[in-house]
Amino acid sequence: MSNAPVNSGRRKFLTLTTGVVGGIGAAAVAVPFVKSWSPSEKAKAAGAPVSVDISKIQPGQLIRVEWRGKPVWVVSRTPTVIEELATLDSKLRDPESKEPQQPEYAKNAGRSLKPDLFLAVGICTHLGCSPTYLPDSFNEQVEGVESGFFCPCHGSKFDMAGRVFQNVPAPLNLVIPPHYYVDETNILIGVDKGDA
Amino acid sequence: MKKLLIALVAFLPSLVFASGAAIHLDKANYDLTDKASLQNGAKLFMNYCSACHSTAHQRYQRVATDLGIPDQLMKDNLIFTNSKIGELMKNSMDKKDAAKWFGNAPLDLTLEARLRGPDWIYTYLRSFYKDPNRPFGVNNVVFKDVGMPHVLEELQGIPTAIIETHVDEQGVEHHTVVGLESSGTGEMSSDEYDRAVLDLVNFLVYSGEPNKLERQSLGFWVIGFLIILFVLSYLLKKEYWRDIH
Amino acid sequence: MLKKLVMDGIDWIDTRIPMTETWNKHLAQYPTPVNFNFWYFFGSLAMLVLVNQLLTGIWLTMHYNPSAEGAFASIEYIMRDVPYGWLLRYMHSTGASAFFVVIYLHMFRGLIYGSYQKPRELIWIFGMLIFLVLMAEAFMGYLLPWGQMSFWGAQVIISLFGAIPVIGDDLTLWIRGDYVISGATLNRFFALHVVALPLALVALVFLHIVALHEVGSNNPDGVEIKQKKGSASEEAKGKFTFHKQYSGKKDIIDAIPFHPYFTVKDIMGVSAFLICFAAVIFFIPEGGGFFLEPPNFEAANGLKTPAHIAPVWYYTPYYAILRAIPDKLIGVVFFGGSIAILFLLPWLDRCKVKSIRYRSWIHKLNITQFIICFIVLGVLGALPATPLYTLIAQIASVGYFGFFIALFLYSKNEKTKPLPTRLTH
Repeated sequence: MSNAPVNSGRRKFLTLTTGVVGGIGAAAVAVPFVKSWSPSEKAKAAGAPVSVDISKIQPGQLIRVEWRGKPVWVVSRTPTVIEELATLDSKLRDPESKEPQQPEYAKNAGRSLKPDLFLAVGICTHLGCSPTYLPDSFNEQVEGVESGFFCPCHGSKFDMAGRVFQNVPAPLNLVIPPHYYVDETNILIGVDKGDA
Repeated sequence: MKKLLIALVAFLPSLVFASGAAIHLDKANYDLTDKASLQNGAKLFMNYCSACHSTAHQRYQRVATDLGIPDQLMKDNLIFTNSKIGELMKNSMDKKDAAKWFGNAPLDLTLEARLRGPDWIYTYLRSFYKDPNRPFGVNNVVFKDVGMPHVLEELQGIPTAIIETHVDEQGVEHHTVVGLESSGTGEMSSDEYDRAVLDLVNFLVYSGEPNKLERQSLGFWVIGFLIILFVLSYLLKKEYWRDIH
Repeated sequence: MLKKLVMDGIDWIDTRIPMTETWNKHLAQYPTPVNFNFWYFFGSLAMLVLVNQLLTGIWLTMHYNPSAEGAFASIEYIMRDVPYGWLLRYMHSTGASAFFVVIYLHMFRGLIYGSYQKPRELIWIFGMLIFLVLMAEAFMGYLLPWGQMSFWGAQVIISLFGAIPVIGDDLTLWIRGDYVISGATLNRFFALHVVALPLALVALVFLHIVALHEVGSNNPDGVEIKQKKGSASEEAKGKFTFHKQYSGKKDIIDAIPFHPYFTVKDIMGVSAFLICFAAVIFFIPEGGGFFLEPPNFEAANGLKTPAHIAPVWYYTPYYAILRAIPDKLIGVVFFGGSIAILFLLPWLDRCKVKSIRYRSWIHKLNITQFIICFIVLGVLGALPATPLYTLIAQIASVGYFGFFIALFLYSKNEKTKPLPTRLTH
C-alpha cells in the first residue's frame, strides 16, 4: 500500500472529525425515513378513543366494540361469576396480575374499575386470535369453572377477569385497555381519565 | 466563455418578464406566525366559505393544534358537520346538487393558495361588484363572470363598479372597470374588511402547507450543519491534496 | 486484537469474493488525471441524486395510492398526515430537478472536453441512454401526483405519438389503455416509474462506469494519461502505484489514485451541493413554479385544461423545438431528432483533438452558440407561444441542429493548437 499517505496528526484529526460529522448527518437523514413508518394522523384519527354505552347491557352479556381495529369486550359479570373468580387462584398463571397487562386502576381482583363490568382487548396473548366467550359451557375446558374464554386457535383459556390458566400456550393475561367512566352509562376506551 | 455566460444570465430575465400578467393583484402581506389572524381566518372560513367549499385534505385536529384552538372550542364553534375532530374537513354538500346549483361543484380550497397564490385570493375577495346581469347579481374584476355569490356581502356590502366606456375605431364599445365604490351597507369599514380578508388569506396559505414554518425552521439547522460539514471537508481535501501540489 | 479480527474477516471475504481487489482496482489504485476541475464534480453528484431518488422514491411508494381516485389525495396525505412525509416528498420532487441540473452540467463537461470521442464512444452512448431513461422516468413520475399539470402534460406528450403515420392513433390508445388518460394509464406509469425504469437506470449507470474504467477518464486537456510502456519518465509517472490492470501494459502519467484524493474532493463537492439542495427543499420547494408547477395543486380534471401548459423545465428546450415547427409530424420528427442526434456526437465530431482548450475558434464559437440556443429554447419552451417567440425559437432550433452539421463539416480539417505532452495543472 504505497499509496497510503503521510499520516500527519492534522490529517488524522480532520479525517476523524469529518467522518464523525458526516456520520451524524447520515444518521439525521435516516430520521425522517424511520419516523415516516410511525402511525400517520389518519391512523391516529381512526385509532382515537371510542365511547361505549352500557345502559342496555344484560347480565352475562358480552358486547364487542372496535378500538384501533381490535375487538374490545365489554362483559357484564353476574354475582355468581364474581364469586367464582375468587376461587381460581391456584389454577392461574398470574392470579394477582403482576405482569403489566393492565393499567394501575385495573390491578385488582376483577381486573376492572367496577366488579360487575369487565372490559378487555379480546386478543389472545399467544398469537393474536380472538378467543370465544363461553358463558355457561366453559366446564368442558376447565372442570368446575362455569364461564370463561377459550381460544380456538391453540387452546388457551382465560377466566372471566381475562386471567390466563396454567398449562396453555398463552403466556400472559388479556390486555386491559386504558378506559374510564365518563358517566354512569358511558365508558371511553383508549384513554385514561384526565388524559382526554 | 465566462463573459458569455454573464451576458446570458443578464439576457434571461428580459425574456421571462416579457410575459407579464395582465391583471394587477394587490400584495397580501399575510403572516403565518400571527395566531390571532389565523384563528380569525379559520372562523371566517368556517362561517362564510365552508358551507360550499371543503378543505378536505386537512384535519380539524391539525388546525386546532397548529392554531392553538382548544379541542372543545373547535368542536363547539368550528365543526359544523357531524365530523369527529380527527377527521378530514369535508363538507356535507352533495357534489351533483352543487353542480346543478352553481354550474360547477365548488372547489376544494385546501390548496387554493398554492394554486392561485395569496395575492390572487386577496384581490379576488375584494373585487366583487354589483352586476344585475349575472345570476347571483355580482361580478368580479379578477374572475370575470364568476359563478358564486358574494358570500362576504354581509361584511363588505356590494360595491358598485366605476366603469369607463371606450369606443374603438370600429365603433364597438368596450367597458373596463377602473374602480370600485363601497355601498356602505356592510358591517365593516373598508380597512376592517381588508384586514378580515387578509386573515382569511392567511388561513388559506396555512391550509395550503401547514408545515411551512416547521420546514423553514428545520431548514436553518440543516443548512447550518451542512456549512460546518463543507468547511471540514474543504480542510480535509486541502490537507490531502498537499501531497500533490 | 480487534485489528487482527478485522484483517481475518477481510481475508475470509477476499477468498470468496474479490472485495479488496475491486476496491483497489476501482478506487484506491485507480489512476485519475490530476487536473480534474470544477466540471468533474457532476458525475459523483449524479450518483448521489440517483441514490436520493431511489430511497425517497421507495419510501413515498409506501404511502402513495396509485389510483385515479386516490392519487391526488394520497400526495396531500403524505404532505400532512405522514410523519416527515413532506420532507420525503420535497426531497424527491427537488431531486428530480437536481438530477437534470447535474446531468446537463455533466453532459456539458463531456461536450467541451471531447469526452465522447474515441475511445469513449460507448461511455457517451450509455450516458445518453441514461439521459433518455431519465427523461421517461421523470415524465412518468410527473403523472403520479395526478394534478392538472400531470394530466395535461401527459396528454400532450402522449398525443405526440399520434403524429406517427398510420399507427399513430392506435399507438396513443395503446399507451393510455383508455380513450383518455385514466387510472389505467396511471397504474402502468406507476409500475414503470417505480420498478422497470429504475432497474434500467441502475443497470445503465453500472455499464457507464464499467465502460469508463475500462478506457479511463478523459480530462480537461484531452490528453491521454496512458502512454506506451517504457516511454514515460519516472518523474511523469509520479510516486503512486496503480493497479496492474492499468500500469501493466501502459505507463501512466500525471495521475493520482481516486481514493483518497478524489473521494475527499467529491465529499467536498457533495457538501457544497447539499447546501444548495437543502436550500431549495427547505425554502423554495416549488422552485418558483418550475419544480412544482402551481396548476398541479389542483386535482386532474379531464374536462378543463389549464390556461397555460408548460412542461417541466428540463424538457422545455425540446418542447420549444416541437412548437417552433408548424407541422405536427415534422415537429415530432425534429423533437425526437433533437435528442437522437446527441447519440451521434462521437461520429459527427471528426477532430482528433478532444479538449476545447486546443481546438479552433470556430469550434469555440459553435459550442457557444449551441449553448445559447439551448438555453433560449429552454426559456421559450416555458413561455406561451407568440409569433415573435416562435420566430426566435425557429432561429434557435436552426442553431441547435446547425451545431451538429457545422461540427461535422469543419472538424475533419480543423486548425488545432499543439497538444501539451503533460497535463497542465
